[in-house]
Amino acid sequence: MYDLIIIGGGPAGLTAAVYAARKLIKTLLISQDLGGQVNETLRIENYMGYQFVEGPELIEKFNKQVTQYPLEQKVGSKVSSVSRLDCHFEVNTESGETFQSKAVILATGKRSRSLNVPGEAEYRGKGVSYCAICDAPVFTGMKVAVVGGGNSALEASYDLIKMAEHVYIVSLTPLTGDPITINRIKDARNLTILLEYQVEKIEGDKFVEAVHIKNIKTGERKRLEVAGIFVEIGLVPNSEPVKEIAVLNQWGEVKVSTTCETGVPGLFAAGDVTDTPEKQIVIAAGEGAKAALQADRYIRNLGG
Amino acid sequence: MANITVYSTPTCPWCKKVKMFLDTNKVAYKDLNVASDVAARKEMVKKSGQMGVPVLDIDGQIVIGYDEPKLKELLKI
Repeated sequence: MYDLIIIGGGPAGLTAAVYAARKLIKTLLISQDLGGQVNETLRIENYMGYQFVEGPELIEKFNKQVTQYPLEQKVGSKVSSVSRLDCHFEVNTESGETFQSKAVILATGKRSRSLNVPGEAEYRGKGVSYCAICDAPVFTGMKVAVVGGGNSALEASYDLIKMAEHVYIVSLTPLTGDPITINRIKDARNLTILLEYQVEKIEGDKFVEAVHIKNIKTGERKRLEVAGIFVEIGLVPNSEPVKEIAVLNQWGEVKVSTTCETGVPGLFAAGDVTDTPEKQIVIAAGEGAKAALQADRYIRNLGG
Repeated sequence: MANITVYSTPTCPWCKKVKMFLDTNKVAYKDLNVASDVAARKEMVKKSGQMGVPVLDIDGQIVIGYDEPKLKELLKI
């Protein structure tokens, strides 16, 4: 039995790991990957100590610090559920393994929201992309659609306008992104903004060939011939493992106190998966530290 | 010594992670920028059957995305 299991290897989980290790509590870190959302972030200019750093590099430094301590890491495993039995927790992975601990910190962050329309899963990587900064140049000279109306969608559009033959923005609502970004793109010759449309399905052969959209007010349907569809419709918290035991808010985020407690004794949560109002790397790291220190107090009070 | 080609775009963090992994393990590779090199782009799409980066060609074996377990297996690390 471990003293503590940390679920998630992003800034919150990795910082919690360092704090836990330095308190000499027997810790296991289980995560699908190391870095989480930070892996998809190229420009970081507001993490203290660095004028500018790229996501993968920052995570490498975080992990280098963690591996100096004798804690166990199980990377590449996805946790499916956490349950509380007597005075300990059972953490189950998708591959069928179970680990036990006195305390758990959930630091699983968020993932991209999917459209959940026919064709989306089938054409993932074959025209459907969730990372404009990765894949935009591959669609140079082609027609693309960007689904979403917030900053991520607008920034993706800004990049794509420079490379694609034509960009369609398809947004369920009026644009919610920053006016400064809207101003930068609104007069582009190769841009069409379609507001109050939802995506119905994605059509293609070997690769994406078109996207079908419908106006949510008038019901009017359009078929846009595109080779690429960039899905930028926000993020969902990876709170599924604790949904049976913890309290979640209306967006599925884990509700936490200022000491990262969830209401379930021994279960703590930190970072973007929680209802902390700001989702930033430096905040996730801070919350990871708080959670580990509180978990340490809890474990010592158990008398074990 | 394996013959390795990485198909990448300059602003892709996953591509960067792949290249960091190869550099850390002192593995030599050819880096093709599919943002500027149209021929490389077409080659990547043909070899991998898809349009996402990064794509690695390791002696003819194609790896899509940052797949550390697969890379360790193919490069015998």
